[in-house]
Amino acid sequence: MSAMGRQRWLGPAMFLPAVLYVVALVGVPFVLAFLYSVGDVKVGSVGYHFVGLHNFKSVLQSPTFLRSLRNSFTFTIASQVLVLIGANILALALKNPFPGRRFVRFLILLPWVAPVSIGSIGWKWILDSLYSVINWVLIRMHLVNEFSPPMYLGEPKLAMASVILVHAWHMLPFSTVILLAGWTAIPKDIPEAAAVDGAGFFRRLFQIQLPMMLPIINVAVLFGVIFTFTDMTVVYILTRGGPYDTTQVLPSLAFFTGILGSDLAEGAAISLFLVPVLALVAWLMLRSAHRAEVT
Amino acid sequence: MAIVQTRGLTKVFKKGEFGAVNDVNLESREGEFLVLLGPSGSGKTTLLRMIAGLEEPTSGEILIGGRVVNDLTPRERRIAMVFQSYALYPHLTVLGNITFPLKAQGTPKAEREKKALWAAGLLGIPHLMHRKPRELSGGERQRVALARAIVREPSLFLLDEPLSNLDAKLRASARTELEQFQKRMGTTTIYVTHDQVEAMAMGDRVAVMNKGSVRQIGTPAEVYDEPADTFVATFLGSPPMNLLEHGKVIVGFRPEHFFPVTHLAGQAAVPADIRAAERVGPYVPLKFRIGHEEYLGAERILYGELDGGAFDSKTAICRMSSTHGASFPAGSVHAFAVREGDLKFFDRETGTRTSRVPLV
Repeated sequence: MSAMGRQRWLGPAMFLPAVLYVVALVGVPFVLAFLYSVGDVKVGSVGYHFVGLHNFKSVLQSPTFLRSLRNSFTFTIASQVLVLIGANILALALKNPFPGRRFVRFLILLPWVAPVSIGSIGWKWILDSLYSVINWVLIRMHLVNEFSPPMYLGEPKLAMASVILVHAWHMLPFSTVILLAGWTAIPKDIPEAAAVDGAGFFRRLFQIQLPMMLPIINVAVLFGVIFTFTDMTVVYILTRGGPYDTTQVLPSLAFFTGILGSDLAEGAAISLFLVPVLALVAWLMLRSAHRAEVT
Repeated sequence: MAIVQTRGLTKVFKKGEFGAVNDVNLESREGEFLVLLGPSGSGKTTLLRMIAGLEEPTSGEILIGGRVVNDLTPRERRIAMVFQSYALYPHLTVLGNITFPLKAQGTPKAEREKKALWAAGLLGIPHLMHRKPRELSGGERQRVALARAIVREPSLFLLDEPLSNLDAKLRASARTELEQFQKRMGTTTIYVTHDQVEAMAMGDRVAVMNKGSVRQIGTPAEVYDEPADTFVATFLGSPPMNLLEHGKVIVGFRPEHFFPVTHLAGQAAVPADIRAAERVGPYVPLKFRIGHEEYLGAERILYGELDGGAFDSKTAICRMSSTHGASFPAGSVHAFAVREGDLKFFDRETGTRTSRVPLV
């Protein structure tokens, strides 16, 4: 084969494994989920009957689904707001050198590199109804009643707050690293010029630095939304969606319905409700990536 | 308008290390254009940043308008600074950039826009008001940075190599413009540069810095004609001053003061001005062996060695007008001379100026 001929095949050949990977592990399950959602498939069933939008109808009539849908948005938005504020503060603090900065950076990365299950189990004990260290401290400080301390995972509002906090804790390092890169990319001259121009700390932060950071903040938020909206680990380990489905989110509901409840078709229908949100986020991401290239 | 003084100003970045700025005592004059000139690493930018309040001095005092400002933030010093990179705010339009300092001091909106238009008008950029910095050329960005600096009518301008990002042609015209602009505004200005042409052309006075201290401060003519030490003597002038060791002193003379004796008669007969006439005096004859010649259009530069006498085989440079038509082939030896009045004497140990000593 001539050199030109080889050249022509080399590119596609190098590219092929990636295409196969995406088709086999993303494309096929996606098509399958779509087919399941308009069929009557259960775990162990052999036939397939087309039932149209029946599954979607039944899902939309279920109060648990509507609650999970609402929870998914609460969970995602609240944890992302916490992460965004926390990550910006951390990135600002870590931007300038100080003794021990490397060690502190390592500590902050730890929640991200540690398996989420280990972290969440740790939190499960911290928030436990009997052995909670938080309650132990609060009781000794006489801040809560010794005989009816708060049950962090047992009361609907507290459980939601706990799930959100633990997920935010887990996501924080990732956003911090992205934002830290953004902060270090702002030329030192610009905030200095603003200082000489008479701007105080907050004016510099909100009128100069954060607007300059916006493209990078976008990327961090969009990634965060995807990782949060599709995630069920923290919910599954801490509360299993309880109490009374008050912390149930779409991915965990789909898992409980489709896999544990054997109703594959309805599980598929539930998980397909994630698609429009994720598609929107993906579109926004591609757009902001394109913009970042242009400027 | 205000004057700036520094008293024993010192900045040490790392403990135990040599200071970036060492015990600098400087005083600007009212409305003056003061240039800090020095090679990179001489501490001129650090000095400027300390005056701006962006760097905290290790010791010493800074006074603006007679008031110690050490503990004041940049914003409280009410100065304006133009950065080498211009540091325009990339997400704001030109108008947004120019009005930013006014916004920070709480000027009402209508007033802000009026002043921005005034500043933009002075710099000839009113048509750019709604563009973003990335859509501007280097020269336009520099004007926006200047407009942003003047819009608050500050009492003091600090400029950190504002022309070094422009191409050579633009730089020459921007230099003239900037100088005239400063004269018109009459604002005390401190200007940092490593370019001696900029310093000589623009400065009312030039402070030559090296290794963190001010070696000499004076008018461009003073620092060029009467350098205080060998550093100033060699840093200013291109090619630099010839320095020849002679016993306990170093003898220095500018390449343009070193000329072939054949050239002598004509020059001496028609002194160009009174100072040249005063200098007419006895000559020091020197034999010059030509090494090589650079022809630069308007002038010719001869490199070579002195031959015989007290300065045998010391290298020297001669710079002469190319209207001088004689040819100087490599290797040939010619009779050259320097006027005695053009010789500068420096102490060999310290490098500072010392009194004249007899050469023979």
